[in-house]
Amino acid sequence: MSDKDPAPLKPNRPKLALHVPEPPFRPGDTPDFSSVDIPAAGSAPRPDTSAAADDTHPLTTHLVRVLGEDHKAVGPWDPKLDADTLRKMLRDMVTVRVFDDRMYRAQRQGKTSFYMKSTGEEAIAVAAAAALSQEDMHFPTYRQQGLLISRGYPLVDMMCQIYSNKGDKLLGRQLPVMYSDKAHGFFSISGNLETQFPQAVGWAMASAIKGDSRIAMGWTGEGATAEGDFHAALTFATVYNAPVILAIVNNQWAISSFSGIAGGEKATFAQRAKGYGIAGLRVDGNDALAVYAAVNWAAERARSNNGPTLVEFFTYRAEGHSTSDDPSGYRPSNEAKAWPLGDPIERLKAHLVALGEWDDERHAAMQEELSAEVRGAQREAEKKGTLHSASIDFPQDVRTMFSDVYEEMPWHLKEQQQEMVDELEAKRRWPS
Amino acid sequence: MAVMNMIQALNSAHDVMMERDENVVVMGEDVGYFGGVFRVTEGLQKKYGSTRVFDTPIAENGIVATAIGMAAYGLRPVAEIQFADYIYPAYDQIVSEAARLRYRTAGEWNVPMVIRSPYGGGIFGGQTHSQSTEALFAHVAGVKTVIPSTPYDAKGLLIAAIEDNDPVLFFEPKRIYNGPFDGFFDRPLTPWAKHAAAEVPEGYYKIPIGQAAVVREGEDVTILAYGTMVHVTLATVRELGIDAEVIDLRTIVPLDIETIERSVQKTGRCVVVHEATRTNGFGAELSALVQERCFFHLEAPVQRATGFDTPYPHSLEWAYFPGPVRIGTAIRKAMEV
Repeated sequence: MSDKDPAPLKPNRPKLALHVPEPPFRPGDTPDFSSVDIPAAGSAPRPDTSAAADDTHPLTTHLVRVLGEDHKAVGPWDPKLDADTLRKMLRDMVTVRVFDDRMYRAQRQGKTSFYMKSTGEEAIAVAAAAALSQEDMHFPTYRQQGLLISRGYPLVDMMCQIYSNKGDKLLGRQLPVMYSDKAHGFFSISGNLETQFPQAVGWAMASAIKGDSRIAMGWTGEGATAEGDFHAALTFATVYNAPVILAIVNNQWAISSFSGIAGGEKATFAQRAKGYGIAGLRVDGNDALAVYAAVNWAAERARSNNGPTLVEFFTYRAEGHSTSDDPSGYRPSNEAKAWPLGDPIERLKAHLVALGEWDDERHAAMQEELSAEVRGAQREAEKKGTLHSASIDFPQDVRTMFSDVYEEMPWHLKEQQQEMVDELEAKRRWPS
Repeated sequence: MAVMNMIQALNSAHDVMMERDENVVVMGEDVGYFGGVFRVTEGLQKKYGSTRVFDTPIAENGIVATAIGMAAYGLRPVAEIQFADYIYPAYDQIVSEAARLRYRTAGEWNVPMVIRSPYGGGIFGGQTHSQSTEALFAHVAGVKTVIPSTPYDAKGLLIAAIEDNDPVLFFEPKRIYNGPFDGFFDRPLTPWAKHAAAEVPEGYYKIPIGQAAVVREGEDVTILAYGTMVHVTLATVRELGIDAEVIDLRTIVPLDIETIERSVQKTGRCVVVHEATRTNGFGAELSALVQERCFFHLEAPVQRATGFDTPYPHSLEWAYFPGPVRIGTAIRKAMEV
């Protein structure tokens, strides 16, 4: 039935074969990550922040790690943070995890339509937020709730967004977790992947055009780096030497596709920096100190007009992609436990304990306090309603559907708005 | 014959065509080992191997562009775009390349490719998992646009699309994957098993592209619909007790204009229903065609029942969705003159 048959094989040429990457383990297999190269903490050199981009490229196949097996901070990347800063990061990371668990459960209880956890990746957003200033702008994707929590955005406001309720400042328009808050330097999340990456570069270019001192940080998962927007982001960033940090959170899985489907089989994601001539770092994403140090390095570089940095945070998505996903269909259920970089919360906790600045009792007490805080926030948020998916008793004023399409509402939207109000009246009388 | 829901029927269409034609390959995000986020391609990789059914990088332009390249070689790629809302990065490849290759080469090259994509709302997917994008493609010369509304049609139309020598956009109304949703969101969903069109032959059959189906005969008004809205329209007509003729277009380009003309000339009234936004929606084209061709038979202006001209809102989904009341109001308007 084909229009053309392939030309006959030339006798001396080998038969071509298509390579389709396969992850090392599938359901039923015993995951064994002993072949994953994990360089020792402290072994990565730290170039000067004004170094030529080329000098950073050996780091794109290395792994910046600070926390050693003995839970001590070692090597040139140790950011030497004081105990209060470390405790604040630990607190924020635990808050993210408790928050995620509560909201996941709320979705399961039918209180909202959808939720996405960031379990195992808490160190990345929290430590990045700690390393930048409050005025710097993030262009996040959907697993960076730690940015908002670290910057003190109210948990109740986050929950109201998740519930699409009366307290939702986005008026119930966006899917749960697609937050937006300008005051906390958090750009609106899009459900379409990678669009934010070049936008972050644009914001940074604007900051440079205006002679400002603020920088931008763009975020993507490793899966979405396949989109054309990734290439646009890197190209514009290098052409204009934009003061931007471009972060790839490589959590190994894009729904059911492992990182090899995104191009991670033959090169690291950080190595892409080389082709564009920008600085690149590859970082243990489960090591809060390493994340802090890397972002801090890239920020200093950007702020002194030394240009953009591409940072790969190497981590593991410990839970499903979202509440709509069941990862047991495509990967071994115990893979997260076998992941060699450990739990970021446990690692930071152990470090604070090793410093003599924390202990199990204080940790348990904090855990309890944060659980109570999150439960309290949930009670507050639920006073403003939850998402009723099968009712016309909407949590929002229905007329808001038509506002913000444009700055001023054109005639046809005014008409449609009235149509909708009449229709809801008629709905209550249906079918008469 | 077997009882199938729409997902199973689409899966069967893939299976039948992969068996018959080794040039058929299936590609898209998560379609391989996992079998797709809606499970349409489940089991195909196991049966046909990973060089014929494979996961792609998350790059919709890349998916469509490489599918065009494969078609140029002589394969018949079936590419899945996970949600129609994600298709925009591929728009240039579809509009400037796939759609025009036959024309710009005077037939030297053609693109026998199918792009399948779940579309439409009703699942609380918010603005990035709910859009109806069909008019954006119906506007483009050189691509066909097909939208099935039952398991039987889905399989027969997908087989026809795979065998078609032109590029076909195949939009699957995801709200009715598991049952013929009738628009009454507060009532339980009837599964496909209770619907006559869930009886699907296990083997090969085709439904010609470009042929509408009169799904309800009637005398008083013609209602043109496709996808999910066919079922919502039928339920509305049933509840209002109106003797309407309901036409499921099944293909919007090329359009079965004869069936439409014949019906409107009989009833003298016409209502167009779609879930997509109203302005420049496909209803505008239908309305213009009916007006041009049936003007002297019309007793009343053609009415439209559509989605509103806003992005698809998350929490206000059931205020946005063109349900029975909106359709009923449009029918009454078309019949009151």
